[in-house]
Amino acid sequence: MAAVSGLVRRPLREVSGLLKRRFHWTARAALQVTVRDAINQGMDEELERDEKVFLLGEEVAQYDGAYKVSRGLWKKYGDKRIIDTPISEMGFAGIAVGAAMAGLRPICEFMTFNFSMQAIDQVINSAAKTYYMSGGLQSVPIVFRGPNGASAGVAAQHSQCFAAWYGHCPGLKVVSPWNSEDAKGLIKSAIRDNNPVVVLENELMYGVPFEFPPEAQSKDFLIPIGKAKIERQGTHITVVSHSRPVGHCLEAAAVLSKEGVECEVINMRTIRPMDMETIEASVMKTNHLVTVEGGWPQFGVGAEICARIMEGPAFNFLDAPAVRVTGADVPMPYAKILEDNSIPQVKDIIFAIKKTLNI
Amino acid sequence: MRKMLAAVSRVLSGASQKSASRVLVASRNFANDATFEIKKCDLHRLEEGPPVTTVLTREDGLKYYRMMQTVRRMELKADQLYKQKIIRGFCHLCDGQFLLPLTQEACCVGLEAGINPTDHLITAYRAHGFTFTRGLSVREILAELTGRKGGCAKGKGGSMHMYAKNFYGGNGIVGAQVPLGAGIALACKYNGKDEVCLTLYGDGAANQGQIFEAYNMAALWKLPCIFICENNRYGMGTSVERAAASTDYYKRGDFIPGLRVDGMDILCVREATRFAAAYCRSGKGPILMELQTYRYHGHSMSDPGVSYRTREEIQEVRSKSDPIMLLKDRMVNSNLASVEELKEIDVEVRKEIEDAAQFATADPEPPLEELGYHIYSSDPPFEVRGANQWIKFKSVS
Repeated sequence: MAAVSGLVRRPLREVSGLLKRRFHWTARAALQVTVRDAINQGMDEELERDEKVFLLGEEVAQYDGAYKVSRGLWKKYGDKRIIDTPISEMGFAGIAVGAAMAGLRPICEFMTFNFSMQAIDQVINSAAKTYYMSGGLQSVPIVFRGPNGASAGVAAQHSQCFAAWYGHCPGLKVVSPWNSEDAKGLIKSAIRDNNPVVVLENELMYGVPFEFPPEAQSKDFLIPIGKAKIERQGTHITVVSHSRPVGHCLEAAAVLSKEGVECEVINMRTIRPMDMETIEASVMKTNHLVTVEGGWPQFGVGAEICARIMEGPAFNFLDAPAVRVTGADVPMPYAKILEDNSIPQVKDIIFAIKKTLNI
Repeated sequence: MRKMLAAVSRVLSGASQKSASRVLVASRNFANDATFEIKKCDLHRLEEGPPVTTVLTREDGLKYYRMMQTVRRMELKADQLYKQKIIRGFCHLCDGQFLLPLTQEACCVGLEAGINPTDHLITAYRAHGFTFTRGLSVREILAELTGRKGGCAKGKGGSMHMYAKNFYGGNGIVGAQVPLGAGIALACKYNGKDEVCLTLYGDGAANQGQIFEAYNMAALWKLPCIFICENNRYGMGTSVERAAASTDYYKRGDFIPGLRVDGMDILCVREATRFAAAYCRSGKGPILMELQTYRYHGHSMSDPGVSYRTREEIQEVRSKSDPIMLLKDRMVNSNLASVEELKEIDVEVRKEIEDAAQFATADPEPPLEELGYHIYSSDPPFEVRGANQWIKFKSVS
């Protein structure tokens, strides 16, 4: 473990060189990369690949990023490509969109997506709708990224999940990575996409290491936007989730497996455009559905999945109503016991699955 | 002498219809150019401003006259079509209403005269004039207003969302276009090609907070952005005195140098723009221009424009400061053109507008099948949901 963290502290180029060598020498080298480093790698590779890519946001340059996600980038690329902004979300988001309209490929970081509310007009009205309104003349190749949803002890104004808000709007693409592989593949696809893409990261996941498969180590590793991944095969019930809760679903699945219940866990990866095909195919196999998300229940991601299931072929395969597990319908409280019970816990997921299966 | 002969032969070779008046015109001795005095600009944080005299060539004069008349007539035609209900929704015209620029023609033509086609421009919703001066045809503009497939945005955008090369609309949320413009200026600096971005907003939007955010970042990063406030003294129904604690819009950039320009005089606008563009191109950072203009009609077609000001006020401005009249008088009095020649241009412009209006009225609406098009750029086709789950539209980039 110390060896791994030592590796991570070194410059990335050195690290990937070392990793390659390691992989070559041992039979099965388990390369561990945190979500933070995966995003960093992804951005670094894209900055190197295309001169037009640049990053702007609060503290992204000299501070190395409020959550250290952009560590080392300013040192490597300088003031022109990594730009510290004043606290002016509406202003700098608009500047980023304007730069994208003029042909650059900005990555606009919101320190958290809570602050993006100040700039939401620029995201929706200036970025998302423009290609349509212009009849296909003006594209906006921009990425908006930053941590989304609940953190730990940061209270109501800093804990909102924006998946449903951004997922609502045509013209936007919205992705929500869970692990390191997701984070790297999706940020790279987002940067290469010629459309406005919102990348909803998760602060609590930044420090979590995951095994990085060999293909993820490539500079051209991309995860397609709009495609979900089946993280765990199962036969009894389909459990669909995005971001951090995917991990909780896998934990719940492990517990239930001991009781003979096999859950199929789907990691959405993309909120918009949603991969309904994968979800429907799974429900048609398992006949049961539980959705799990961190955001509020009303008009949420789970609500949309349930509505679409009713409209499609999978409805006739359901043996029980589809069920949602969500954040509690309250502004996020501060005290630990209250906060813990305001987000979906593993026990809540297990309970919902058992209720659906009537066991 | 040689220059005059060249001018004469240009006129002769250019004319396709040889009417009697044309032959008469061609044989007259016109001046090649003339020098005019223009109003001095008020300055903020600037040692010197634009020159107080300028040279207007006959060629440029005729070009500006034609462009201003075209913008005016195009907007009057839009006004007419709106009253006939052939144009729907919002119609902000340059003379007020319907986002039409009538009297603000000097602004769009004057600004264009001060920059290069490779420079950039963005404005809010009173955009038809700029759409034309930035290179689109009257046909495509009117057809977009009538919502037809021959419109510049294929009928998807309407009055407020027209785009052209180096012209970024056409923006409906006033104030939002200002950070966008600063961003385009950032791209200009990033690309290192000495281009500038003209970023326009009205006296109403001038009080938006995000404009001050844009001022701050543009000054910090020395972006080649010319912030331009078109002050027509009314934000919808609210006069500037009732909206702004300081109506010196050219000073509102604080640390950004500014000029206050007579927006009714196209030559004044041109010189100020040249000055501002040179300032930006030299790397000194952003600059602010306030163009003082007036809005004849109301804010938009639904506003007669007299509940918050007097008819006398409107009449006075109309008679004293009409920018097209001003240019015409100057040219005629300095022998740069004849009254008949300018009348000819009027006739040609009127015909062009008529033809364009014909097209805009006759062209079919966009096909329903294309309702879902242009959601995403550069993507393979996919399906878009309609009003219910059984209605699906194909979406193509």
